[in-house]
Amino acid sequence: MHEMSIAQGILDIVLKTAAEHNAVKISCIKLLIGQMTQVEPESLKFGFAALAANTIADGAVVDITIIPLVGKCNSCGQQFTVERYSFLCPLCHSANILVVSGRELAVDYLEVE
Amino acid sequence: MQIKVMTNILEKNDQVAAALQERFEKAGIFVINLLGSPGCGKTSLLEKTIKALKETLSIAVIEGDLFTAKDAERIEQHGVPVVQINTGGGCHLDANMIQGVLDCLDLGELDIIVIENVGNLVCPAEFNIGEDCKVTVLSITEGDDKPLKYPLIFKQASAVILNKVDLLPYTNFDLKAAEKDITAIHPEVTLLPVSCQTGEGLEAWFNWLMKQVQIKKGKESK
Ligand SMILES: Nc1nc2c(ncn2[C@@H]2O[C@H](COP(=O)(O)OP(=O)(O)OP(=O)(O)O)[C@@H](O)[C@H]2O)c(=O)[nH]1
Ligand SMILES: [Mg+2]
Ligand SMILES: [Zn+2]
Ligand SMILES: [Zn+2]
Repeated sequence: MHEMSIAQGILDIVLKTAAEHNAVKISCIKLLIGQMTQVEPESLKFGFAALAANTIADGAVVDITIIPLVGKCNSCGQQFTVERYSFLCPLCHSANILVVSGRELAVDYLEVE
Repeated sequence: MQIKVMTNILEKNDQVAAALQERFEKAGIFVINLLGSPGCGKTSLLEKTIKALKETLSIAVIEGDLFTAKDAERIEQHGVPVVQINTGGGCHLDANMIQGVLDCLDLGELDIIVIENVGNLVCPAEFNIGEDCKVTVLSITEGDDKPLKYPLIFKQASAVILNKVDLLPYTNFDLKAAEKDITAIHPEVTLLPVSCQTGEGLEAWFNWLMKQVQIKKGKESK
């Protein structure tokens, strides 16, 4: 279950950030998770809760925002929501598509005391 | 108090992967992260590739496996350097694991390292391990719906090998449909239908591989 290694990565980041700000408790962690990532939110929350026990992040609320998969056509400039993982421009059918969002795996911000 | 962080969760792994990539770059070694489900034929493809190219290229293999050294033993029979990494249940290789075994290989001697990842279509796609490219193997017996179910691993792959085409007559696998889905997910991908059983299509794979190594060598000599 690789959510464990993702959860460990989150814990490392939040503990380091909290220490830099002399926080004594982390109450909320806001995550941004792209639609095209291999992360299952419930497993991630479960894994994080287990790892965070006995740290200042114990009991922190993990709030996940899923970021939709959006592409931008480099040929005609059209921006579009990628449906069925088809990276072809719906307007001009170009295959030259930039992934604008949907691959995020990031800690956005923390609420600390 | 709110603290803005905006940090990539995989940053640490990406940093180690970038350092590995630099080491490979300096040594002029082309590195493949070989991905695919359990039993799709990753080791079989490697064995065929070593047999065909070991006189031309200096090849080494890193074998990722949950608990056993079975694949490494198969590769060893072909007389090329091989290093085993057991993840102890971990479902993917990460950059630290590669860094931990790199001293077992004589980098000065090598043209190419193939890293066979743990058999899994899900998370190995998220963890860079210093490779130049990912190659994903999908076998005919897995079903033609897999690209749309696990799109990331096909999006990330420079080449997709459709293995076990000798079994096409015995399955309902629709090769055209699978190729269409994979191409929609990744329009620039190189698609290579092969059979490690009959040898069909392997020549095209060898040629693709030789070309990638030459491109890498060309970059190095500049
Ligand atoms: N019919 C047929 N069988 C194949 C082909 N390629 C591999 N196999 C068989 O598929 C089985 C699994 O092959 P492996 O090469 O061990 O697969 P793998 O992807 O390395 O498996 P793991 O490392 O366990 O994930 C073996 O019994 C192979 O002989 C093929 O092209 N056609
Ligand atoms: Mg294998
Ligand atoms: Zn367009
Ligand atoms: Zn994993």
